[in-house]
Amino acid sequence: MTYTTAIFYFFAAILVFAGLRVITARNPVHAALFLVLAFFTAAGLWMLLEAEFLAITLVLVYVGAVMVLFLFVVMMLDINLDKLREGFWDYLPLAGFVSVLLVIEMVLILGSRHFGLEVMGTPAPHAADYSNTKELGRLLYTDYVYAFELAAVILLVAIVAAIALTLRRRKDSKYVDPAEQVKVKRNDRLRIVKMQAVKKPVAGEGEA
Amino acid sequence: MMDMNIDWTAVQTLVWTLIKIMALVVPLMLGVAYLTYAERKIIGWMQVRIGPNRVGFQGLLQPIADAVKLLMKEIIIPSGANKGLFILGPILVIAPALAAWAVIPFTDTLVLANINAGLLYVMAITSMGVYGVIVAGWASNSKYAFLGAMRSAAQIVSYEIAMGFALVGVLMAAQSLNLIDIVQGQSGGVHQWYIWPLFPLFVVYLIAGVAETNRAPFDVAEGESEIVAGFHVEYSGMAFAVFFLAEYANMILVAALTTLMFLGGWLSPVPFLPDGIVWWLAKTGFVLFLFLWFRATFPRYRYDQIMRLGWKVFIPITIVWIVVVGAMMQTPYGYLFH
Repeated sequence: MTYTTAIFYFFAAILVFAGLRVITARNPVHAALFLVLAFFTAAGLWMLLEAEFLAITLVLVYVGAVMVLFLFVVMMLDINLDKLREGFWDYLPLAGFVSVLLVIEMVLILGSRHFGLEVMGTPAPHAADYSNTKELGRLLYTDYVYAFELAAVILLVAIVAAIALTLRRRKDSKYVDPAEQVKVKRNDRLRIVKMQAVKKPVAGEGEA
Repeated sequence: MMDMNIDWTAVQTLVWTLIKIMALVVPLMLGVAYLTYAERKIIGWMQVRIGPNRVGFQGLLQPIADAVKLLMKEIIIPSGANKGLFILGPILVIAPALAAWAVIPFTDTLVLANINAGLLYVMAITSMGVYGVIVAGWASNSKYAFLGAMRSAAQIVSYEIAMGFALVGVLMAAQSLNLIDIVQGQSGGVHQWYIWPLFPLFVVYLIAGVAETNRAPFDVAEGESEIVAGFHVEYSGMAFAVFFLAEYANMILVAALTTLMFLGGWLSPVPFLPDGIVWWLAKTGFVLFLFLWFRATFPRYRYDQIMRLGWKVFIPITIVWIVVVGAMMQTPYGYLFH
């Protein structure tokens, strides 16, 4: 067993364990953290496949941003998993059907007859200065530029829709316009009144 | 005899790498210790005080005394806390803060791992630091800690976007993700540094760096006057010290990255002086001084203003400047942006 194979099995074992714990952990926060571990380990596996750009992006986007917000929400909600699991047996037939379908699809694609080592061969390892990032960028902006732009537009529409759905003007809260705040001049807020520092003594009161 | 074909070169590489990691982490930890000393002294002088002056000559042994004190203290785990995650919190904070240093070059040959996607690696690793904060805040099972964690998470996620865009500008100018190549793209003197063509991005990066490290004036995650100490309010002794170490290690990291990407790293500002690690240290030290200066000068931001600054000011500025850089690179003046 080479060093790389040993690392692969180590990572794969962690990934399977983390994936199992995501669905079996009783505490939703623990489940979310196990999902983070699963993503991170998957990134490690991709790194072994020399897909360093995808691996780092997986960590950057899914671990660094998506899962943070996910955890954020899970922590604030009061989720009772036992209540959620009440309908387990009712849903089992449907879930079983879906998972059998998934397994069949995976066997069709990943079956060794069409995609095994005899058919595909081992990919040649690249030199140390080969930049995965550059190659992906070149492909995205030349051969697949239309698909890439379409995906970008769809994402933009999703962003606008998400903002439009949550945007509301609250009338009951005091809204501050920072631009107006900054523009305020002294004379708008402050009036200087000339007056004498000491009151004139009223006649007839004598010396205090 | 048993099968004894141990790969000795692999063992040698492993030991050698461990030695190199130690050679990196030990000076870093010393740097963190003396950064706390520098902070107390400098802020002391700015506030017309003396600062620490009791332990050792001019108080120079104060950080050592602090470390000993924190090591001797008891680590209290609150009875309502989620014990496993409570202990995991500080580990998740310090690990990325140290791991990111693996790709930071000190000169063009002095670097632990010279990888071609160095910049991406730094961004990915530093984005994981927020988990420690969230986990610590949640596992403490305390309202103050939880509020601090929520504030910190929202703030770090918001400023990471502006920070990432600022780095995109650098990457366009340098046409490389390798940190050594980025520095070498700035060779030729002070006028070649990326701070000039990318000045708006430099300002955004520096301020976002202050926000990312939860430093004043963006330290609402700790906010003494509102939520006591934020996410680490329940931690004591060395567990607290680990958060402290991570914060300062991250500060030095942001200062080092600013130096590498905008201030020419180890390159000398004038052609007649040789390049060297001295310049790296001097520039990083200057950026760190700015961090301390900010803390002594500015009052804490209000939370909604922090969010506004991040989303409505910094992100548009960086996007506009990336478009400007991209457009300028297509014109005959493109050489100004390389």
